[in-house]
Amino acid sequence: MFDDFFIRALIAGIGVAVVTGPLGCMVIWRRLSYFGDTLSHSALLGVTFAYSFSINISLSVFVVSTLVALLLLGLQKKTKLPGDALLGLLSHSTLAVGLVIIGLLTSIRFDLMGLLFGDILAVTFEDIFIIWLGGAIILGILYFIWKSLFAATVNYDLAAAEGMKPDVSNFIFTILLAGVIAISIKMVGVLLITGLLLIPAAMARNLSSNPLQMIILSIVGGVLSVIIGLFSSLEFNTASGPSIIGAALILFVISLISLRRNSSLQR
Amino acid sequence: MTENNIPLVRLDNAGVRKSSKWIVRGVSFEILKGQIVTLIGPNGSGKTSTAKMILNIFQTDEGKIEKNTEKVAYVPQKINIDWTLPLRVVDFMTLTSNIRHDQIIEALTLTGVEKLINNEVRNLSGGEFQRVLIARAIAKKPELLVLDEPVQGVDFNGEIALYKLIKNISDKLNCGILLISHDIHFVMSATDHVICLNGHVCCSGTPSAVAKNPAYIKLFGEHTTSTLSLYEHHHDHTHS
Repeated sequence: MFDDFFIRALIAGIGVAVVTGPLGCMVIWRRLSYFGDTLSHSALLGVTFAYSFSINISLSVFVVSTLVALLLLGLQKKTKLPGDALLGLLSHSTLAVGLVIIGLLTSIRFDLMGLLFGDILAVTFEDIFIIWLGGAIILGILYFIWKSLFAATVNYDLAAAEGMKPDVSNFIFTILLAGVIAISIKMVGVLLITGLLLIPAAMARNLSSNPLQMIILSIVGGVLSVIIGLFSSLEFNTASGPSIIGAALILFVISLISLRRNSSLQR
Repeated sequence: MTENNIPLVRLDNAGVRKSSKWIVRGVSFEILKGQIVTLIGPNGSGKTSTAKMILNIFQTDEGKIEKNTEKVAYVPQKINIDWTLPLRVVDFMTLTSNIRHDQIIEALTLTGVEKLINNEVRNLSGGEFQRVLIARAIAKKPELLVLDEPVQGVDFNGEIALYKLIKNISDKLNCGILLISHDIHFVMSATDHVICLNGHVCCSGTPSAVAKNPAYIKLFGEHTTSTLSLYEHHHDHTHS
């Protein structure tokens, strides 16, 4: 019925959405959306390294994003620059350096649009393997640190006082975020990864009244966005990333209607 | 009684600073099982910082803190829950440990907010949230309970009931309690040991000894001692 590449993209995309669901909720709760942006922009730098040294893209992106995250955490302690300025500094400079390097690598032909906005044609069986295996590892670790991470999200002091070791779980979560960016870069592209983290989670918030519900709805929203987005990408020949994010946006707008209804009921 | 001799926490000349300025230093005291220790002092005197040193939220910059229990519960001064986080009271109750549902209800009933169990934490009033915070802490059945201004925002009658509850908890669980409180009445009636802070330990001892201490009177003024005498007239009635 469909071409092979489309089935591959669908399987890969659903895998990504299942992982971005719970992580996206955490990103929203912890106000890390700009932090996520910074990590994903640095992913472009990771891609250039992957091409330069011919190593796996996901691996290279994961390593570079993790390094940028650690650099960020280190700089936050060292400098007096406010957090958002620091994020902007790293976000734009990694993006710029990545683009400069791409310009210099004249021997390799780049599909820049594909890198920035995702390319379903490029999804291979190896990618599917990396997405599902990487995704399973990310979710496994997230499950393991969840209690501590969630406690630290609600209140750092409370978590620290009651022996939840919030610094450890915060640190691990940062690495997981780099991991999810690494596995989703081919699907949605460097510029739109944070959108896939945030928008389904924001939609889920409008519809849910407890944390577990929000996580489940966020996964459902993400999976629906991927399916709708990929079908329209095939139908209208648009880039996969923007199509997926566009579908997520539509779901979010629909969820606003239910939010309004709920709040008018409460009054 | 012999096991009561091992302190739950012992501070030895502990201090913490922010950049180059000492917030509080030279703090030494201990908390035993079943004991209520109260920190009093003006704003910025280092009460909360002292509590946070004990709770491992702050690292001590000098001195040391010896802690002999892992079962700690904390009622912080203020918690803000973001709108993006849909957190119900029941979710909040199990935040740092798995507590059985009947124990959650029991604790919430003790603080009078069992009806709010499925409400979103964000929508509670200040006083209601304070009661939930206390319920969460006691539901953990801690060995050491640290309460930072636990009844702020609670109405007057509720305040008395909650202080009575805190006293009952200390008797029932035989836990050590560190309390930061402005309520001189409670401090004087139920506390075993008072530590008066002002960047350092001004004076410490039993409530009546501290109340007579010149350093305390200098810090809080004469009227507090008259509050104490006012209280002592009522000493013959019983608290259930």
